[in-house]
Amino acid sequence: MSIGAVPPRYRISIDRDQCMLCERCVENCPYGVFRSSDGRILIDSRRCTACHRCIAMCPRDAIDLKERPVDYRSHPLWTREIRESIYTQARSGKIILAGMGNALPYPVIFDRLVLDACQVTNPSIDPLREPMELRTYVGKKPSRLEIQKDDKGDVELLTKLSPNLRLETPIMIAHMSYGAISRNAQLSLARAAKEVGTYMGTGEGGLHHALYPYQDRMIVQVASGRFGVDIDYLERGAAIEIKIGQGAKPGLGGHLPGEKVDEDVSSTRMIPVGTDALSPFPHHDIYSIEDLKQLVRSLKEATEWKKPVFVKIAAVHNSAAIAAGIARSSADAVVIDGFRGGTGAAPKVARDHVGIPIEAAIASVDAKLRDQGIRNEVSLIASGGIRESADVVKTIILGADAVYIGTAALVALGCRVCGNCYRGLCPWGIATQREDLVSRLDPETGSKQAANLIQAWTHELSELMGAAGINSIESLRGNRDRLRGYLLDEGIMKVLDVKTVGA
Amino acid sequence: MCGIIGVIDRSRREMDGSHIRQALSLMKERGSGEGAGYAVYGCYPEFKDCYALHVFFDNIHDTKGALDETLRRWGEIVQDEEIPTHDQPNLRRVHTPWRYFFRPDPKLMSWSPSPEDDIITHLVMSVNTEKKGVLIFSSGKNMGVFKASGWPEDVADFYGIQDYRGYLWLGHNRYPTNTPGWWGGAHPFNLLGWSVVHNGEITSYGTNQRYIQSFGYHCTMFTDTEVVAYLFDLLVRKHQLPEDLAMKALAPPFWDEIDRMDEKERELDTAIRLTYGPALMNGPFAIVVARPDMMLGITDRIKLRPLVAGENGRKLYISSEEAAIRRMDPDVGEVSMPRAGYPVIGRVES
Repeated sequence: MSIGAVPPRYRISIDRDQCMLCERCVENCPYGVFRSSDGRILIDSRRCTACHRCIAMCPRDAIDLKERPVDYRSHPLWTREIRESIYTQARSGKIILAGMGNALPYPVIFDRLVLDACQVTNPSIDPLREPMELRTYVGKKPSRLEIQKDDKGDVELLTKLSPNLRLETPIMIAHMSYGAISRNAQLSLARAAKEVGTYMGTGEGGLHHALYPYQDRMIVQVASGRFGVDIDYLERGAAIEIKIGQGAKPGLGGHLPGEKVDEDVSSTRMIPVGTDALSPFPHHDIYSIEDLKQLVRSLKEATEWKKPVFVKIAAVHNSAAIAAGIARSSADAVVIDGFRGGTGAAPKVARDHVGIPIEAAIASVDAKLRDQGIRNEVSLIASGGIRESADVVKTIILGADAVYIGTAALVALGCRVCGNCYRGLCPWGIATQREDLVSRLDPETGSKQAANLIQAWTHELSELMGAAGINSIESLRGNRDRLRGYLLDEGIMKVLDVKTVGA
Repeated sequence: MCGIIGVIDRSRREMDGSHIRQALSLMKERGSGEGAGYAVYGCYPEFKDCYALHVFFDNIHDTKGALDETLRRWGEIVQDEEIPTHDQPNLRRVHTPWRYFFRPDPKLMSWSPSPEDDIITHLVMSVNTEKKGVLIFSSGKNMGVFKASGWPEDVADFYGIQDYRGYLWLGHNRYPTNTPGWWGGAHPFNLLGWSVVHNGEITSYGTNQRYIQSFGYHCTMFTDTEVVAYLFDLLVRKHQLPEDLAMKALAPPFWDEIDRMDEKERELDTAIRLTYGPALMNGPFAIVVARPDMMLGITDRIKLRPLVAGENGRKLYISSEEAAIRRMDPDVGEVSMPRAGYPVIGRVES
């Protein structure tokens, strides 16, 4: 007896009174949900991914979508997802791939943290009327300054500063490779980064020549597959990031399905057309912290010590000690990617079960570096599941210098978080290389939207800082006194170094 | 609120404590009768080479023996005695104030470039965090802090402040919100030669405190002011920054201003902000800081607390209120308002 069909995940219906048979849904759905036959739109709900493209494009609001129209007998342990994974694997014998971030309902620590504000004893600061400083420098800082004052009172600075990236807002755009996302998506984000005075990552996909005009806003990535890396690439970037791991799949390498590797992606990434780009789990030249140090220094040497080098790791149990090791490797910044971080494609089991949340990881890394007296010498960038400006404020209070946003930036381009990025059919032109789909995303509009999002968050950041009586971002960083845990357990509050509400 | 005042005579001519007592009393409205204090420099000339440790004991019987023993392990107690006090009807005595004239043995921290100071810092930090019922609240040479919970004139009379003489005085009248009634929470705060009086609430305390702790300082007084004393000690004594640049670390110019500076200044100010970002003090404050050779007043970068300065001959006054300065010295000339974030510094003449 075969397993048979599982219930459809979504049910699409059309209000036939409203429908004017314009067939926009047919044109817009790359998954083939809609088909036109004899003056009627036919529906195959099983193909639906809930990407909402049809709903967004229907001029008459005639399309309706229901999630789980037919469900299994409910059971707290044997959930629908568990049962369906078993059916799928029983058929295929393979690892299940998934897109976007962790999809299990773990509690969200951010949502159990509340911010502080000033009342009476100190005034809040109105960002419309007073200066508010969000400028952030990412890179190595000296532990102290050596200054010489001569008899005339002239001051000579003897300490030489390392190159730093200057951000006008502490929000950066995360590494999403050309291949995983489209050229128009990258272009949109790069223009936005330039407009708002921040930086974005290239991901492990090389740098397409269309992005060259924005190269001074790009952080180029060197990951275990070394895709797209040559001296030209390194020299173009504003900074270099070594990716050791990624929050969505700690310990694993990158996955780019061959379906997404077209001519252009192939030449940018320096791999054959149509092949899966699978980066190795570890870097084959990094088997210890001293090997990492060599790579950091080699990259600096290759670029004449003109560029900051970041090291990105996934948030895992021992992140704090690992970060302390990285901080001593000549790296200028440590990037910690929490387990809610998104991805184009990852084994579902790793995405959902490996790693720890960014809130706990960044707090413990910050504390460890402070214990060792080296916190301010290296920058900390946090990423993985940052959804709104309040998350940014909380992350900075927990010890980050800046954050990377990935999923949120894509959502600003129209992404509906359907989680099918690995299939290469993204109807919003984001996670696809199919020319007709890519052209749906206009970089002009896209960049405006992404820039709007970062600007809006930056305004909110200013207001929250002003409410807390703080007019400079460095006074927010690590300032745990301005955060309280709301019904968090004692263990996690100790890790976060925050008190409970009311205390 | 809180009222602060400081005076330095740059030619080191001594003043008794009666004038500052009057000035502080005038600013009664800025306090609530729950904390006041004075710091005086030059008050122990006969012991000028010893560290004068002022201590609050909850109870002499239980705690003094252990402190004596600790001090003897680190050096020599040249003399110790109860600080003379006079009971006041409105002041409830909860501690016994004591003073030690102490000489640390530099051989016990021979690796340090400033072994004596470091021994004292270590003693203050460890005694205040580890020993219950003992608080060392003043630890400089030839100077002392006198403070308690009460109105300024009651605290002054309790210690007989008018009988002390010094060339530099600080005074503070407290309106506490955090730790009312606790003697340790009254100002001035002191470490080694550094004393601080402060009006305000530092909104960056969580950041400053964690920064300073990563250099081995321990904040033990449950208030944001002590962090100021430790930051001064770190920046000026340990990192050897000139005072005006240390001030730039605590209250730096805005980036807008820095961007307009000429290259050399811009480079320096950027370096200060990058290196000492966690030392930046945010939120409303006016502080007066003293050291044996200088007195300095500064406000936060947008001047959310008042601070004025006036001069008469070799004397420099800094205070929350002009009236307090004029009460102290009717002959003072023009009283000016320093720019937000810019220090007013008076140094003794060498």
